[in-house]
Amino acid sequence: METIKKICEGNVRAASRLIRDLEDKLPHARPRLRQLFKHTGKSFIIGITGSPGAGKSTLTDALIAELRKLSKTVGVLAVDPTSPFTGGAILGDRVRMLRHAEDEGVFIRSLATRGALGGLSQAAGDAIHVMEAMGKDVIIVETVGIGQQEIDIINHAHSVIVVMVPGMGDEIQSMKAGILEIADVFAINKADRAGAKQLHTELASLLNSAPQSAGAWRPPIVMIENLYEPLTFVEQTAELAQKVAEHYAYLQESGQLDKRTERRAMMQINDALRACIMEPVIDNLTASGELQYLAEKIKNREIDPYSVAEEISKRFLKSGGINDIDKK
Amino acid sequence: MPDRKIRVMVAKPGLDGHDRGARILARCFRDAGFEVIYTGCHQTPEQIAAAAIQEDVDLVGLSCLSGAHRLLFPRVVELLRKKDASDITVIGGGIIPEADFTMLYEAGIKAIFTPGATLDSIVEWIRNNIKTHD
Repeated sequence: METIKKICEGNVRAASRLIRDLEDKLPHARPRLRQLFKHTGKSFIIGITGSPGAGKSTLTDALIAELRKLSKTVGVLAVDPTSPFTGGAILGDRVRMLRHAEDEGVFIRSLATRGALGGLSQAAGDAIHVMEAMGKDVIIVETVGIGQQEIDIINHAHSVIVVMVPGMGDEIQSMKAGILEIADVFAINKADRAGAKQLHTELASLLNSAPQSAGAWRPPIVMIENLYEPLTFVEQTAELAQKVAEHYAYLQESGQLDKRTERRAMMQINDALRACIMEPVIDNLTASGELQYLAEKIKNREIDPYSVAEEISKRFLKSGGINDIDKK
Repeated sequence: MPDRKIRVMVAKPGLDGHDRGARILARCFRDAGFEVIYTGCHQTPEQIAAAAIQEDVDLVGLSCLSGAHRLLFPRVVELLRKKDASDITVIGGGIIPEADFTMLYEAGIKAIFTPGATLDSIVEWIRNNIKTHD
């Protein structure tokens, strides 16, 4: 099909349109994704995450520059939050990456979260597939500015960079579970500021206290100083790119890449099931007004949500409902 | 058929650092429920056209207060046309003398908003002129 061919040839317009159709859930979009799937799976996917204002976009920009020196083609997905009140969004990550705007080897696409809570958008996984099919060597996925728990990125990326900044002090303790666990590489950005050394020490001791097994990956910590010394910045971000490349090599040699790819496949099934079963059911119930009717009954305690779900699953699943699946 | 989310880009071409208006508009579009790609100041028409295509926006809003609109606005339209993206609507705003309106309309700028235009009128124009169904 024409669109599929264009995307596989790297056509930006066709690819960006399909990403949009997937975001807007147009009916023809999913079958196209199905056709694209066999062309995916060859790209190296880097996740970059951290709190708002930590410098994710700036470091993404620097990573693009490093990858382009190696003549790698790069796709970037930059996620920013959707307003829960108006559904609108300001997508401003591109501002930090303007120097790559005209480079045809770089495709930057902004995504709004549209209500997703894990730091990405629902269409992010699909958008990664589209960029993979385009033949991008590396895809960088930049999450929204996150707190502690928005770690969906690990289900999509091979290597995750967690960007930290000094001055968040004691929070490092409370961040032990969640965000700190997902890092393959730490970047301490704005490392010219007070507290950077202390943060480095704390992170290092945290890593030391974790159980170590021989040959396991120990997340390196890269210090990156301010932008007013461009040479230092370029050197340090080159080091960051180097560490990420080392991590990828480690994944390949240790067999971990396979495990991560499998984890990603699990997530893909999960997402696809949701799109294939949950969404049509909800759409159907919404359109018929039944959802509203049932909500009313549950509100008045005339019926419970569990029986409702069971009854609906019986009606929509041919096998005779979720409980039936359990028994098999 | 589900409604499409309207995607717009707000950009300032050329050597003009006065982005107050552009920022207010970006914010206003967000509140209207649009997805807004904000790309800031000092951009070349080439950068703007490339970004508009990568982001698959419905509309590009150009803001220019420096007087260079006669050169810069038509250039963006022309670049989009060359890249097979003439379906992307381009509108403009800023300090633009009425004498230039005809020239800009003929170059393919679909609407021009100057000081005094209300935020609501701009949002309404977009809602009326961008189709949200395929």
